Amino acid sequence: MTQYVGQAMPRYDGIGQVTGTTKYVDDIVLPGMLYAKCLRSPVHKGIIRHLDLSAAERTPGVVGVLTAQDVPGQNIYGASGDQPVFNPDHIRYKGERIAAVVAVDEDTCMEALEKVKLEIEEQEPVFDMFEAMKPGAPIVRPGTTHNLHEYMPGMTTRVIKLGDVEQGFAEADLIIEGRYQTTQQDHAPIEPHVSVAYLDPANRLVIHTVSQCLYFHLSQLVRVFGLPMSQIRYIGGTIGGGFGGKNDIHADHVAGLAALKFRKPVKYRETRREDLRYSGKRGVFVMEYKTGVKKDGRLVANHIKEYHDTGAYGGFSAYATEKCGMFASGPYWIPNILVEAKTIYTNKVVSISMRGFAIINGQSTMEIQMGKIAEALGMDPWELRFINAWRDGDMGASRYIVRGAGALEAMKKAAELAGVQLPAHLMAMSSRRR
Amino acid sequence: MKQQVLTFILNGEEVAVLVTPTETLLDVLRERLQITGPKRGCDDGECGACTVLLDGEPVRSCLTLALTVEGRTVTTVEGLMVKGELDRLQKAFYERGAFQCGFCTPGMLMVAKSLLAKNPNPSRDEIRSYMAGNLCRCGSYEEIIEAIQAVAAGEY
Ligand code: FES
Ligand code: FES
Repeated sequence: MTQYVGQAMPRYDGIGQVTGTTKYVDDIVLPGMLYAKCLRSPVHKGIIRHLDLSAAERTPGVVGVLTAQDVPGQNIYGASGDQPVFNPDHIRYKGERIAAVVAVDEDTCMEALEKVKLEIEEQEPVFDMFEAMKPGAPIVRPGTTHNLHEYMPGMTTRVIKLGDVEQGFAEADLIIEGRYQTTQQDHAPIEPHVSVAYLDPANRLVIHTVSQCLYFHLSQLVRVFGLPMSQIRYIGGTIGGGFGGKNDIHADHVAGLAALKFRKPVKYRETRREDLRYSGKRGVFVMEYKTGVKKDGRLVANHIKEYHDTGAYGGFSAYATEKCGMFASGPYWIPNILVEAKTIYTNKVVSISMRGFAIINGQSTMEIQMGKIAEALGMDPWELRFINAWRDGDMGASRYIVRGAGALEAMKKAAELAGVQLPAHLMAMSSRRR
Repeated sequence: MKQQVLTFILNGEEVAVLVTPTETLLDVLRERLQITGPKRGCDDGECGACTVLLDGEPVRSCLTLALTVEGRTVTTVEGLMVKGELDRLQKAFYERGAFQCGFCTPGMLMVAKSLLAKNPNPSRDEIRSYMAGNLCRCGSYEEIIEAIQAVAAGEY
């Protein structure tokens, strides 16, 4: 095995990629295959008052339609178990699926969708987290009284605590504050979301998926289909880029439900436009920092208020909020840390995982804060980072002991590559000791 | 919609297929002929994953109406191998790992093929500008450029 370390090895599946023979899910075309397209909400928030699919259903070439009533199991999916496959009543974001049309081809689906009669009583949406937290703001989740995720009943702030920040601020020579926001971001893999489903001769539901996490999704799909796990063959492994976006179900529920109802192979795929507009995104984070520092550059306290916009449903966001908070003080030893983090619902598309899930949000904002601190101290930003970088045995925000620290060595290498000559006293520092 | 017979040369062989006037070349290749090398990334002319050679020139098959290729020659990634041998570009992409997910690769290879046919010794900048219409979300651009340069330098 070790003979491969440091060697460039051709990919085991690489011949398929360069000859065009690798089968991605959209490359599967089966005899008699039907296609599905979804009816999506044209409004951000509202109540469905009337839905009439009869004209769509009568369109030549249409095999049938699917609504919430056609879900044999439970009409919920998503990492938080709160998203309807087809929304039957309270719309929470623009583009939310309401129904599907299944037909011989996608053009016929589109033609049929134009004949759907849909009446929605539009309500005022809320898009900004801070607006959503104000009293009297539109309520995103029907049946609740506010827009904050509750970590436990009544607990809307997740606290991560190390030492005592007040004491830390009392010891500090300088206190620097900063407020930073990271933006929504789409994964944009070149392969759009797609699924192919059919029943095999043993009557098992076979689904070809672009899922990045088969077992998470299988457990959600079992519930939607009302089938035991042994009745589903969930086939994945070849995807045209995911970047965390395919950690959520985007197509398998619709294709699977259609295959179950019409007992024919069904392909359901999103267009690039649908993917960009309506699929989950990296959520917005707002990070408010108050950092105490000694004149010699030692960080002594970091108080962080974190706000994470989860969009219309929970997704993985509560977990992401915690994770961001844990790492939002960067790879630095700070004896006193207080993180107060909130996860907030708005009428936007759902926030989902994306590369460096939630960690890079807090880490990048902390690095901006470090720049600001260096400026305030009149200190070289390299020096500030070297002084505070984790050494083995330091402790992180959630009280983990740091082992195998490497920030100093990474910075030395970065300086070398960037052609920066670091002073000898920084070059002498090591992650093994302070 | 009324179907018409379309006849063209696909990867060296004459094919005849029934198509409707609104179908694109990508639709016909992928859905009717099951030539799935060219990928549908955007269906909108943005990504280049659907690129094929039409009489030797790279075109976006998602923007090319199928009926316009009547009597013409279309080459897809499936047509790059000659007598079971990988094309030099395929070999270089494979050995140098010029992809991660591989979804952009069929399009990249076709554009690179056309570049080397016109300019057997392109500079790095010439490669970059010729390939600018093909997106690789995985970010394999460096390896793609190096693979093309290696082929140009006669390493394959
Ligand atoms: S699919 Fe043709 S350019 Fe993207
Ligand atoms: S290798 Fe994934 S898009 Fe290029």
